[in-house]
Amino acid sequence: MGGELIGIGAEAVLTLGELYGFKVVRKARLPKPYRDPKLDEALRRERTATEAKIMIEAKSLGIPCPTVLDVDLEEAVIVMDYVEGPRLSRVLGELPRDELTRIFVELGKYAGLLHAHGIVHGDLTTSNVILHWGRPYLIDFGLSQYSRQLEDRGVDVHLFLRALESTHFSLSKFLFERFMEGYASVVGEDEAKRVLEKVREIRRRGRYVSERRLKGALRHGE
Amino acid sequence: MLGIESTAHTYGVGVATSDGRILANASSTYVPARGGIHPREAAEHHSKVAAEVLRRALYESGVSLEEVDGIAVALGPGMGPCLRVGCSVARALASYFNKPLVPVNHAVAHVEIAKLTTGARDPLVVFVSGGNTVIIAYAEGRYRVFGETLDIALGNCMDTFARELGLGFPGTPIIERLAARGREFIELPYSVKGQDVSFSGLLTAALRLAREGKHRLEDICYSLVEVAYDMVVEVAERALAHTEKRELILTGGVARSRLLQEKLRRMCELHGARFAVVPNEYAGDNGAMIAYTGALALEHGVTMPIEESYIRQRWRVEEVDVPWVESSLASAPRPC
Repeated sequence: MGGELIGIGAEAVLTLGELYGFKVVRKARLPKPYRDPKLDEALRRERTATEAKIMIEAKSLGIPCPTVLDVDLEEAVIVMDYVEGPRLSRVLGELPRDELTRIFVELGKYAGLLHAHGIVHGDLTTSNVILHWGRPYLIDFGLSQYSRQLEDRGVDVHLFLRALESTHFSLSKFLFERFMEGYASVVGEDEAKRVLEKVREIRRRGRYVSERRLKGALRHGE
Repeated sequence: MLGIESTAHTYGVGVATSDGRILANASSTYVPARGGIHPREAAEHHSKVAAEVLRRALYESGVSLEEVDGIAVALGPGMGPCLRVGCSVARALASYFNKPLVPVNHAVAHVEIAKLTTGARDPLVVFVSGGNTVIIAYAEGRYRVFGETLDIALGNCMDTFARELGLGFPGTPIIERLAARGREFIELPYSVKGQDVSFSGLLTAALRLAREGKHRLEDICYSLVEVAYDMVVEVAERALAHTEKRELILTGGVARSRLLQEKLRRMCELHGARFAVVPNEYAGDNGAMIAYTGALALEHGVTMPIEESYIRQRWRVEEVDVPWVESSLASAPRPC
């Protein structure tokens, strides 16, 4: 399975291949020359195992994401089916409002479902969503982990908001509100408020975080 | 332009022009006899040295206060008592000599001085110091944050580790010297969350190991720097992949770290990105970066009335208007 290179992410190299007639993606975590070899091996192995496990679980929760077809822990490789379509970050600016609403409410539901089942994605950004026939697919569970801690759920949502602010600044407030609507529809209003409160705390914690700005960004749910 | 820096333990005064000539860079750094920086003691130090550092900067530059175009000051982010000293001096000078007062964001200044000295145009910036660990890049009219620490800064993590074990200050070079003699990697909490890092768990675990005394201190130091730097390099790598910038620059006090430089350089090689480091003299907090950034800002009409010149302890980089960046990107064609 040589295959065409479809992406060099920060962490892994993705190649396109074919398995039993299906288009598949091979995600290989290559060794990092800048890391201590022992640390490098432990990180690659551990993240590969967790990623595969959580992808399978996400699928069983009804969250659209790639299907895991094979895992090789020694080589730190996952083979999964290929989800065709553009990354949300690339096309977001061209989508009409009602499309954006639908997509972001849906994404909020995915995050809510994961959180409700003790999983945090760990890297929720619009680059990690593929629009497959208009339906948002969640990809890259490479930093996901099992956690029942409010702190981790807060960080997950905080990261998503920060990603929106840094890449789609003008729309970030609107998009985040839609996301939180979907989120609250799964986890309930009370839990959504708790998580938002946590996000506020996380943002306040950074020594130099501006609180004035925070109020504007997080008005939803107050 | 005259620039005053007093956000933390360094009081600095610089003189610079908007086309990037640094005419003076004088400073005096407060070193606590023991313990960490106490903001009030540092502020006391700043008020004591303020006049002398200013005199030195003027002498170095050969420019008189009558001749400067404006007075730039780092309004934040930083420690309140320290910021107030620099801001008071700046206000007094601006009002006495009737010069415009120019607000400068400390983090933006670290970015600008690094761009100036490395010749970078539109880089991803890794800003690491005692008080900051943040990945910055220009997007949609402002500098934006693409990753940062969720708790303490990298430099703070190193300083605290060294201080708690009585190794001295600043911590980074001391720990790196010990780490160079490390042989065995000991597992420590590696905490990357999306594009962010967290050092507090790592610091606690490393200190606990050191106090247990079961491992050689050299091995603990080796493992500590490996984990801490690898976390920073990993989030920088994520940001590089995400922003698709073609150059990466390292700035801030911890930019002096050879080991961190080496790791970032190797990471950039993987992505075909250019890597550059701010020169040592402009790595730590300094007045020259405030003067230079102030000069850029004034050229684009950024000033503030004296009566509105409040310090801004929590001034985030995304809140700062940087009109000069857009025009610099528009004017020169991108080198391929």
